[in-house]
Amino acid sequence: MAKADLSAAWIFFFLTLPCVFHPERMLWLLFFLVSAIHAELCQPGAENAFKVRLSIRTALGDKAYAWDTNEEYLFKAMVAFSMRKVPNREATEISHVLLCNVTQRVSFWFVVTDPSKNHTLPAVEVQSAIRMNKNRINNAFFLNDQTLEFLKIPSTLAPPMDPSVPIWIIIFGVIFCIVIVAIALLILSGIWQRRRKNKEPSEVDDAEDKCENMITIENGIPSDPLDMKGGHINDAFMTEDERLTPL
Amino acid sequence: MAHAPEPDPAASGLGDERPKWDNKAQYLLSCIGFAVGLGNIWRFPYLCQTYGGGAFLIPYVIALVFEGIPIFHVELAIGQRLRKGSVGVWTAISPYLSGVGLGCVTLSFLISLYYNTIVAWVLWYLLNSFQHPLPWSSCPPDLNRTGFVEECQGSSAVSYFWYRQTLNITADINDSGSIQWWLLICLAASWAVVYMCVIRGIETTGKVIYFTALFPYLVLTIFLIRGLTLPGATKGLIYLFTPNMHILQNPRVWLDAATQIFFSLSLAFGGHIAFASYNSPRNDCQKDAVVIALVNSMTSLYASIAVFSVLGFKATNDYEHCLDRNILSLINEFDFPEQSISRDDYPAVLMHLNATWPKRVAQLPLKACLLEDFLDKSASGPGLAFIVFTETVLHMPGAPVWAVLFFGMLFTLGLSTMFGTVEAVITPLLDVGVLPRWVPKEALTGLVCLVCFLSATCFTLQSGNYWLEIFDNFAASLNLLMLAFLEVVGVVYVYGMKRFCDDIAWMTGRRPSPYWRLTWRVVSPLLLLTIFVAYIILLFWKPLSYKAWNPKYELFPSRQEKLYPGWVRAACVLLSLLPVLWVPVAALAQLLTRRRWTWRDRDARPDTDMRLDTDTRPDTDTRPDTDTR
Repeated sequence: MAKADLSAAWIFFFLTLPCVFHPERMLWLLFFLVSAIHAELCQPGAENAFKVRLSIRTALGDKAYAWDTNEEYLFKAMVAFSMRKVPNREATEISHVLLCNVTQRVSFWFVVTDPSKNHTLPAVEVQSAIRMNKNRINNAFFLNDQTLEFLKIPSTLAPPMDPSVPIWIIIFGVIFCIVIVAIALLILSGIWQRRRKNKEPSEVDDAEDKCENMITIENGIPSDPLDMKGGHINDAFMTEDERLTPL
Repeated sequence: MAHAPEPDPAASGLGDERPKWDNKAQYLLSCIGFAVGLGNIWRFPYLCQTYGGGAFLIPYVIALVFEGIPIFHVELAIGQRLRKGSVGVWTAISPYLSGVGLGCVTLSFLISLYYNTIVAWVLWYLLNSFQHPLPWSSCPPDLNRTGFVEECQGSSAVSYFWYRQTLNITADINDSGSIQWWLLICLAASWAVVYMCVIRGIETTGKVIYFTALFPYLVLTIFLIRGLTLPGATKGLIYLFTPNMHILQNPRVWLDAATQIFFSLSLAFGGHIAFASYNSPRNDCQKDAVVIALVNSMTSLYASIAVFSVLGFKATNDYEHCLDRNILSLINEFDFPEQSISRDDYPAVLMHLNATWPKRVAQLPLKACLLEDFLDKSASGPGLAFIVFTETVLHMPGAPVWAVLFFGMLFTLGLSTMFGTVEAVITPLLDVGVLPRWVPKEALTGLVCLVCFLSATCFTLQSGNYWLEIFDNFAASLNLLMLAFLEVVGVVYVYGMKRFCDDIAWMTGRRPSPYWRLTWRVVSPLLLLTIFVAYIILLFWKPLSYKAWNPKYELFPSRQEKLYPGWVRAACVLLSLLPVLWVPVAALAQLLTRRRWTWRDRDARPDTDMRLDTDTRPDTDTRPDTDTR
C-alpha cells in the first residue's frame, strides 16, 4: 500500500518536474508525500497499530482536562519514552509515534515507526514496552488502568497487598487471649469462693456431725436427737399470709 | 388452694439452693435472646417477600396466636412449676415420658453443634471486616497477573470469598477434603466465648445477656436509619410490604408461617424450660409468654424493615450499574463522548441506534435491566448474610464500619441463642447428676463445651457446609415438631389439664382462660400434627438432593443439583429419628424396670408399688385425667 502510493507520488513528481521546479512547491510535495506515507502506516486496524481509549471525565469529574494536541504530544512522548527503554530502540523519537482517528470519546489509534519511518515496529515490542511502563503513563495523565485502556494490551494487575501477618489473625489473637484470661479468672474466682465456703461452716459442720452420729435407736425406730441447729420454723404456725403484724 | 406448696425438689438433688435470676429483666432478656436468633434476620424477611409481603402477616399472626404462644406458655409453666431441666420435668410428669426430656437434650446437643459453626463463620467474617478495602471487594489476580482467578471471574468476588476463601468447599459431599484451619480456630474461639458466658450457668449468662440481647437492637436501629436514607430504600420497602392477597390460597404459605413461628420461638429445645426453672415459683409465666412471643415477632418485623431498606438500595444500585454497563458498551462502540448518554436517555438512544446500525448493536453484550428482577433476587439463610449483604455493604460509604456492625450483630444474636441451647443441655445434666457432687459446675460446663467443639470439627471440613444443611433440614425440624407435639399432649393428657390449670392458678394467681384451654387441648396439637405430616410429605416428596458449588459445572455459577448418596441418606434418616427414639426407648425401659421391681418385691413385700415412683408427686400414674371442663 505504502509503496503504491509512493510510486504514484513519484510519477506525479516527474510529471510536474519540468514546469514546477520551485522550492515552495517542492516542500508542499514532500509534505504530501510524507503525510501520505504516514496516513497509510497509522490506520484503524492497521498492522502493529493499537487502539487507546481514555475516560478522563469518569476519572477526574470536574477536574477533567480537555484532550487537545498538547495532550497528544505528551502521549507521543510517553510512548517514545517507553520504547527508548527497550534495548535496541534507544533512538526512538517523538516523531516516530503516529496518532490517528482521534474521536470525541477520546479514543485513537497509534503506531510506532522505525527511524526510517517506513515500517512500524512489531506489536510485541510495543506491547511489552507499554506494559512495563504503564504505571508511569497512567500517572502522567492522572488516570488508572480502567480509565486509560490500551485495547489488546492487558495490564499487569497489581500484586495483592498481603501484609506478612493477615489482619484478621491479629484481631483473633487479641480476642482469644482476652477470652482465655477471662475464663481463667472465672475458674480461679470460683475455686476461691468454694474454698472460703468450705472453711467457714467447717466448725459448724463438725458439731453437726457429732450430733448426727448420736442418733439413738429406740424400739427399732430412729429418733432425732435434740436439734442443735438453732431456731427452726414450725410449719404448723407458719401460714402463707401473715395476718398478724410483726412485732 | 388445691396443693400445699411443696419443698423445693431441687434442694434435695443439688444440696445447694437452686440458682436464681438476679432480677426479672435478666430472665426476660435471656428468653428473648434465646428466641431472637439468626432466623429473625435472614428467614422472616425472605418469607415476607416471597409470600406476598404484607399478606404474609395474616397467617403469621394466626400461627402465633394459635400455636406459638400456647406451646410457649406450656414450656415456661412446667419449667417454673417443677423447677428442673427438661429431663427432670418430664420424669416428674410421668416416668414413661422421660424420653421426651432425653430427646430434647440430644436435640439441643445436635443443634448446638451446627449452630455454633454458623456463629464461627460469622466470627470469621467479623474478623475480616477490620480492613479497608474489604477482602471480598475484589477478585485476587491469577498466577501470571494478567487477569483474575477464573472461578472468581465466573461468579463474583463475594461468592468466591464465601465458597473458596472461607469454606474452600468441595464439589461433592462424598469428597470430604481436609480440615480448614482458619475455620477450626474460629470454631474454637466461638466455643471459648460460649464457655466463658455459661461457665457458671445463669450467674454468668445473666450478666452477659444485657449486652448480647440488647446490642442487636441497637445495630438494627442504626441500619434502619442508615438504610432509610440510602437511595432506593423506599422501593425495597414498597416491594416488601405490597400485599398480594391471592398468595393466601397457596397452602404452602400457611405451612411456612406455622413452621416459621415455631422455629422462631425456639420451642421444644428445653432451653425455655431450663430458664424458667430458675425462676421463683410465684411468677406470672402467662404474661411472660405473651410478652416474649410478641417481642420476638416485633423484632422479626423490625429486622425485615431494616433488611429490606438495605436490599432496596442494593437492587437500585445493581440496576444502575447494569444500565451504566450497557451505556458504556454503546459509547465505546460508537465513540460518543463520555457521559453523553444519561440513564434516562438510554432507551431512546438504544432504539435510535438499533434502527440505524442494527448489526453493530446486535453484537454488543447488552443485558436487559429491570428493577423488579433485581428486587426479586432475594435470598435467605447464610446466602443473605454472607453473599447479598456483604456485597451491599461494599457500596455503602465507610464499608468496613457497616460490615463490623452487621457481623457483630449477627455474632451476638447467635451467641444469645447458643446460651439457651447449651443451657438446655447443661441444666438437665446438673439436675440428673451425671458427675459426682464434688465436681464443680465449671468442670461440667467445660466438658460439655469441649465435647461439642470436638464433635463440631466435622463441619470445618471442606464438605462441612453440605453436612450443616443436612443437620438443619433433618435433625432440627422434624424432631422439634415431634417433641413439641409430645410436650403438649403429655402435659394436657398425661399430667392432666385440671392439675396443670391448678398449678398455673397457684403460680400466676388466676386460672387460664378458655382460650388457653382450647388451644392446649385441641388447636395446637392438631396444628402441630398437620405441620408434621405436611413437612414429611414435602421433605420426602422428591429424592433428596443438594446444591453443590462446582466450578466445572457448565451452568456455573449456578449451583449444581446432585442427589445424596446412599450412606448420606441413611445418615439423614438416622438424624431425623435419633432424638425422638429416646421416647419409646425410655418408656420401654421404665416399663421393664417396673415389672422387674414388682416381681422382686412381690416376693419380698406385698404392697410397695407406691414407694418406687421416682417423681416428686406420689400419685402421678394412678391418677386419671379428671378434667371435666
